[in-house]
Amino acid sequence: MRRLALAALVALAAATGCGEDESSDSGRPQLTVSAAASLTEAFDALKKDYSAADLRFSFAGSDELAAQIRKGVKPDVFAAANTKLPDTLAKEGLVEKPVVFATNELVLAVAAEGAEVSSLAGLERPGVKLAVGSESVPVGEYTRTVLSGLGPTRSRAVLANVRSEEPDVKGVVGKISQSAVDAGFVYRSDVDATSGKLKAIALPAGLKPQVSYGVAVVKGVKQPAAAQAFIKNLLEGQGRAALRDAALGPPP
Amino acid sequence: MSRSAWFPALLVLALALVLAFLGLPVAAIFLDTSPADLVGSLGEPEARDALLLSLRTTAASLALILVVGTPAAYLLATRSFRGKAVVVTLVELPLVLPPAVAGIALLASVGPGGILGPVTGDSLTLQTAGVVVALTFVASPFYIRQAQATFAALDRSWLDAARTLGASEAGAFARVAVPAALPGLAAGGALALGRALGEFGATLIFAGSFQGITQTVPLAIYDRFATDFDAALALAAVLVIVSGALLLGVKLVGRSAAFAGA
Repeated sequence: MRRLALAALVALAAATGCGEDESSDSGRPQLTVSAAASLTEAFDALKKDYSAADLRFSFAGSDELAAQIRKGVKPDVFAAANTKLPDTLAKEGLVEKPVVFATNELVLAVAAEGAEVSSLAGLERPGVKLAVGSESVPVGEYTRTVLSGLGPTRSRAVLANVRSEEPDVKGVVGKISQSAVDAGFVYRSDVDATSGKLKAIALPAGLKPQVSYGVAVVKGVKQPAAAQAFIKNLLEGQGRAALRDAALGPPP
Repeated sequence: MSRSAWFPALLVLALALVLAFLGLPVAAIFLDTSPADLVGSLGEPEARDALLLSLRTTAASLALILVVGTPAAYLLATRSFRGKAVVVTLVELPLVLPPAVAGIALLASVGPGGILGPVTGDSLTLQTAGVVVALTFVASPFYIRQAQATFAALDRSWLDAARTLGASEAGAFARVAVPAALPGLAAGGALALGRALGEFGATLIFAGSFQGITQTVPLAIYDRFATDFDAALALAAVLVIVSGALLLGVKLVGRSAAFAGA
């Protein structure tokens, strides 16, 4: 009986991953990457071709991922949809010096067919329904930057039409593609990823925020070299190609 | 260890493990929150709105569940019919559905682009009514299952006696079955209530997140987690206290009703 219980405990420990080392069956190092939700398509595509490590992604709003790191969660790499979050974490001594590895474009997204809204000005009309990112997630912050560029009156009219504040950009995409709202602010790469379901309306050049993605190795990880190699790959290897294919631009 | 002692020891060990595993995270919420934070967090409009909305939507959803679920469970408990197993499985299905699936299913059925979209339009999505729908969908099986089991376990001879004494079936249901089943019904109600208060995924996907309209406490906690961990923790503590108090209250009411009825 005692042996049985012991065996059960060992099995339980194995199943829950106690004592698991960081390399996978193939002998490649295993890298955990906390990445902005808008990187989902690019990184998933990269995973197939990336041979230097076994990649595991955790996609969410960059702000949620940063909060996890502050609470002691240790992915190997943190890739955010802005430079502010990795820069702040670097100042707090939680990640190494970040680099900019990609850019994106904030657009207004509407349903490809039968859209109620055809321009930024259309968002001010009462009755139009809008989804935005919550204030703390990068896409929500960029959105508020755009709106503040409209001036207080127009900005208020648009904000009055907001029906949902989503925790990440994919939530905004979902609300538009399910016709729960008429429009939302997302990245161009997100519209691309819907393969024609949504349509992007470009913002006027003067209002477009600079959307740059920062990436950094998390401090104190067991395999900083493999993490560094992954970041290098994003800048010039298959990673760069995967980002380009997903409609993300090169760093400025 | 003597032959007879190991099994009780194993039981105690198992319970100790369960308590440590379930209790530690809950205890941590309170150990990490100062009472001042707790009170302070309630002073913020975002938190107050979320709490009031959670209480309102949960109450509405529980009322719907009780009013419709009780007779439905009674039917399932007292009749047998062809295909009953299928019906019971359907009723229980939301128990095993991930909340995200529930949210998507609600969008596909009563969302603006769903099967009933022409009827429902956007009267539910991103509205408080949509929160109630999401809560009711995920929480009702907890009540109906328990109510059905409780009704089925009732002594049939009581109901038969009531009928012999001239009570209609409706009378027997209202005056004999429901009072006798009250402790079980209360327990089911408490489970449904707890599930509804904690609902997150289906609400976010179907109803969205907007302060005062659709942002319930779990959504407000998630929203704050990134920017203000301490505030999120304080709100979590409030949710734990409210849930715990409601759960205990419903159980006590059920118990005292059982004593009064006996």
